[in-house]
Amino acid sequence: MNSAIRIRGLRYRYPDGTQALDGVDFDLQPGESVALFGANGSGKTTFVLHLNGLLRGEGSVEICGLPLSDETLEQIRSKVGVVFQDSDEQLFMPTVLEDVAFGPLNLGLAPSDALARARAVLDRVGMGHALDRPPYHLSAGEKKRVAIAGVLAMEPEILVLDEPTTFLDPPARRDLLALLRSLPQAKVLVTHDADLARALTTRAMFFDRGRIAGQGDVIEVIQRFHWEYS
Amino acid sequence: MHHLRIDRWSRGSSSLHDRDPRAKLAALLVLLVAISTTPASAQLAFAAYAALLVLAVQQARLPIAGLAGRAALVLPFSATFALLTWWSGDSLRALALAEKSFLSGLAALLFVATTPLTGWTAALESWRVPRMLILVIQFVYRYLFVIAEQAQRMRWAALSRRGSRPRFRRGWFDFSAAAGLVGVLFARSWQRADGVYNAMLARGFRGRFVPATPAPFRGTDAVFVSACLAGSLAIRLLL
Repeated sequence: MNSAIRIRGLRYRYPDGTQALDGVDFDLQPGESVALFGANGSGKTTFVLHLNGLLRGEGSVEICGLPLSDETLEQIRSKVGVVFQDSDEQLFMPTVLEDVAFGPLNLGLAPSDALARARAVLDRVGMGHALDRPPYHLSAGEKKRVAIAGVLAMEPEILVLDEPTTFLDPPARRDLLALLRSLPQAKVLVTHDADLARALTTRAMFFDRGRIAGQGDVIEVIQRFHWEYS
Repeated sequence: MHHLRIDRWSRGSSSLHDRDPRAKLAALLVLLVAISTTPASAQLAFAAYAALLVLAVQQARLPIAGLAGRAALVLPFSATFALLTWWSGDSLRALALAEKSFLSGLAALLFVATTPLTGWTAALESWRVPRMLILVIQFVYRYLFVIAEQAQRMRWAALSRRGSRPRFRRGWFDFSAAAGLVGVLFARSWQRADGVYNAMLARGFRGRFVPATPAPFRGTDAVFVSACLAGSLAIRLLL
């Protein structure tokens, strides 16, 4: 069986000369969940932007057996759903329903099918009551749910979550955790939140200046790098 | 935000909202041509165009004051030319210039306020308007939200740190703060717009907004276009 993600020797340098990734190897099996830890600016977000070809560095990136290239880009973007840290950047259509239908329409689904899929996914994330609301008027927790719905509507095999609990209050964080636990997809979780990582993942990797400084069992990695708030 | 309200209006329910965007675009173009070619002396015709538009606004169940206020935003631009014309001694032509720009603005606004963005850009696309131009319209419209929200956050941050400066220095402080805000706003908006675009690409955006609710061109749409054509022509030729 193909790995969900297989990356070898990934390097990326920003135009200003910053070496953001410096030889990263990474594997993720189907259905597996892994947490990415590391200080701000250590390369975690740059790394996840490579998973669906938003950034293209040196090295090889394979998603579900498909090598990342111009020819496979569309297929890969339908397989890797990225939930960005700031939901406001992800919600750009005038209503919640249209926003969630945006991805399926781009995949070529007929409008009626895309809207039906969007409604079903919004029901699943508990936002079925907000179909016609503008996303800008939702709470942070609701925006995050809609952002996740927008990604789930594309039926991805891999979910990439960049700091999913940012801006969320405790109840919204609890609801989000329950939702994410119920999703069967393989997950790459970028987070500073050790509790969230323990609850959702079994394995973790620690980024330091664009390299993997350590990896292994999530609890071991948290202890080894003292990755707790207290 | 103005555009947020227009977005909400465009999702209303009325016989005008229900018309196919292509039909409304055709009617708009007919009306704009009629207005722009009406001679300055035909003041009765301008009144008739205004009456037609007021009737359409009522039919669309939209607030006439709100639409007229927004349409009046074009007046400062046309006022320069109207004033020049007035100074040259042709007051009737100056008045007609202001009337034409206001009525054209009101007609265009009514079209946008009764047609969701994806609908009217799809109509432009069906009329073979260059894709690049349509994309620019769509991105400008989307990024208006981004920039307006960013500006509001920065204004609040600036106000909350303004404190109680002496009144005589406040004017200069406001001016220099505003100048700084504009510079930072540009940089931050660019970053945020980049983030929005990345999020769109991540969800399969391929350079075209696909409308979620395409509507077939119906017989009532053809009747609507015909009625608008007949009405505009009648006003243009008979009054």
